[in-house]
Amino acid sequence: MAFLEVTNLCKQFGGLKAVSDVSFQVEKGVIKAVIGPNGAGKTTLFNLISCSLTPSSGKVRFDGYDLKGKKPHQVAALGLGRTFQNIEMFAEMTALENVMVGRHIQSRSGFFASMFKMPWTLPEERNIREKSMELLDLLGVLDCADVEAGSLAFGQQRAVEFARALAMEPKLLLLDEPAAGLNIYETAEVGRLIAKISDLGITVLLVEHDMSLVMDISDEIVVLSFGQTIAEGLPSEIRNDPEVIKIYLGE
Amino acid sequence: MMKKLLAPLILVAFLVGIQLLCRWTDTLYYLTQMTMAGYYSLLVIGLCLVMGYAGQISLGHAGFFAIGGYLSAALTTRNLLPFQKTFLVKALSSAGLLISGQDIYGEKLLVVTPWAACIAAVLIAATIAFLIGIPVLKLKGHYLAMATLGFGIIIYRVVLASSYFGGADGISAVPSFKLLPGLTVNGSTSDRVQNYYIAWTLVLFGMFLLRNLINSRVGRALRAIHGSEKAAESIGVDIARYKLYSFVLSAVFAAVAGVFLTHYNGSIGPSEASVMKSIRYVAIVAVGGMSHIWGALFMSVILNFLSLRGVFGSYDDAVFGVILILIMLFAPNGILRIGLGAKLKSFFQPKGE
Repeated sequence: MAFLEVTNLCKQFGGLKAVSDVSFQVEKGVIKAVIGPNGAGKTTLFNLISCSLTPSSGKVRFDGYDLKGKKPHQVAALGLGRTFQNIEMFAEMTALENVMVGRHIQSRSGFFASMFKMPWTLPEERNIREKSMELLDLLGVLDCADVEAGSLAFGQQRAVEFARALAMEPKLLLLDEPAAGLNIYETAEVGRLIAKISDLGITVLLVEHDMSLVMDISDEIVVLSFGQTIAEGLPSEIRNDPEVIKIYLGE
Repeated sequence: MMKKLLAPLILVAFLVGIQLLCRWTDTLYYLTQMTMAGYYSLLVIGLCLVMGYAGQISLGHAGFFAIGGYLSAALTTRNLLPFQKTFLVKALSSAGLLISGQDIYGEKLLVVTPWAACIAAVLIAATIAFLIGIPVLKLKGHYLAMATLGFGIIIYRVVLASSYFGGADGISAVPSFKLLPGLTVNGSTSDRVQNYYIAWTLVLFGMFLLRNLINSRVGRALRAIHGSEKAAESIGVDIARYKLYSFVLSAVFAAVAGVFLTHYNGSIGPSEASVMKSIRYVAIVAVGGMSHIWGALFMSVILNFLSLRGVFGSYDDAVFGVILILIMLFAPNGILRIGLGAKLKSFFQPKGE
């Protein structure tokens, strides 16, 4: 059984079939990319996998669990992390605090323990802070630790969002257009970063427009168009697939 | 460490300073309003947690205050003698939760002890907040505001309409609340200083709990919900549960405030449950800077004290309405945060540079 299995997944918004009968699998440890023109249903697909949306039909299995009827926070607790196309920062919290929230599922103090500052919450709190600082360091944004996330530059926000997702120690990370809005240098940096994440043993599924980035880093590629899978394979196969060329380059 | 202790120490110094000042100038009667302002502040800081940090508005918090106050008042004044034979009253009696007394006309009374009434009132308020919160906190923005407003109106009409709660007269002759030997919540002049410190110890304790909470894993999760629900749930925050728990917690703060203030005043009336009170609390949290618990406390002391001294006269409610409008228009982040200095500077600087 594959690590992530998407089977006959459909999502209909009124008369629009945003995702129609999509099936693919992601093996543990790979970097897989979902590409496709605008409106192909990539983000909808991500929202279905992370249970932000309920599928009209079809199934998602992750790490042996059927995700049917699960809430996003439950899916997160199973080890599925994600980032967003339009970065979702906690704008009024510092970069460090953003990442510290990422440690949520890796820590446990509740309302009472926190209010009364039970002794055992202190080491946990220290651990959260240290781990978060490490991640900010890993992503090269340690100097921004105490800056309000909302006032960071776009690239830095991306890095903080990455750090936040990594803080939960996910097994699978969904990256929704990680290079959107970045210049070529920053994009290359994101590429290196994704490779680094993969080296940590985290499986990566990403949606991306930037072809060179996708071809560089992915082990496998799925191509969507109008909600349907039209090709799946290695980057070299996809590059030469006539159907894919037609969609991207026109006839 | 020092920095963390600075604000509480300033507050303590301020409180002691006020008391000494009132004593030397022979104006101890000011302490009565300071005590009442303390209890209202307890409610305000709890509301600040829900509104400012978790980002959920509640226009029904006077309702929770009233539930606490009214239940404690009713349980400690309503005579249980006619029901002496029932199982419930017998059970309460044998558990030592009932006390005999006399009303103002010398009639024999059998009522619940203040401690038991206090705990029951707070537990019931928490339960109601829990049950109301489950459906209501699914709503956002204006819809949440309207639903909580509706809740506040219901509580107001219930206490106004039911004779058990005294209708328009409310409940009076509420007995004093003996916390510990030598520590009594009551309105007598001789215990004025003591009560001032009881109220503010409670507020300080509340601040201690909330400050701890805000700077913890839970507090960060609440602020994350405020920032982006999508992102918060994507990293595993159970947003429904966290919203609900913080709402219940703030209802508990409100109910405790209601219980204590009612015993302090010796009475409670329906105006405590009115929607205008809820709006006043929201206005104070807003003027204090929304996600700024010290700001909320600071503004609460000042505004409640002025209001209780009657400075706003019969325009009391209007003043709070105006404050709310002005804050929303000109300083949605609170007046402590608009950076008055910078604004003035840019105003006087020549334009077009």
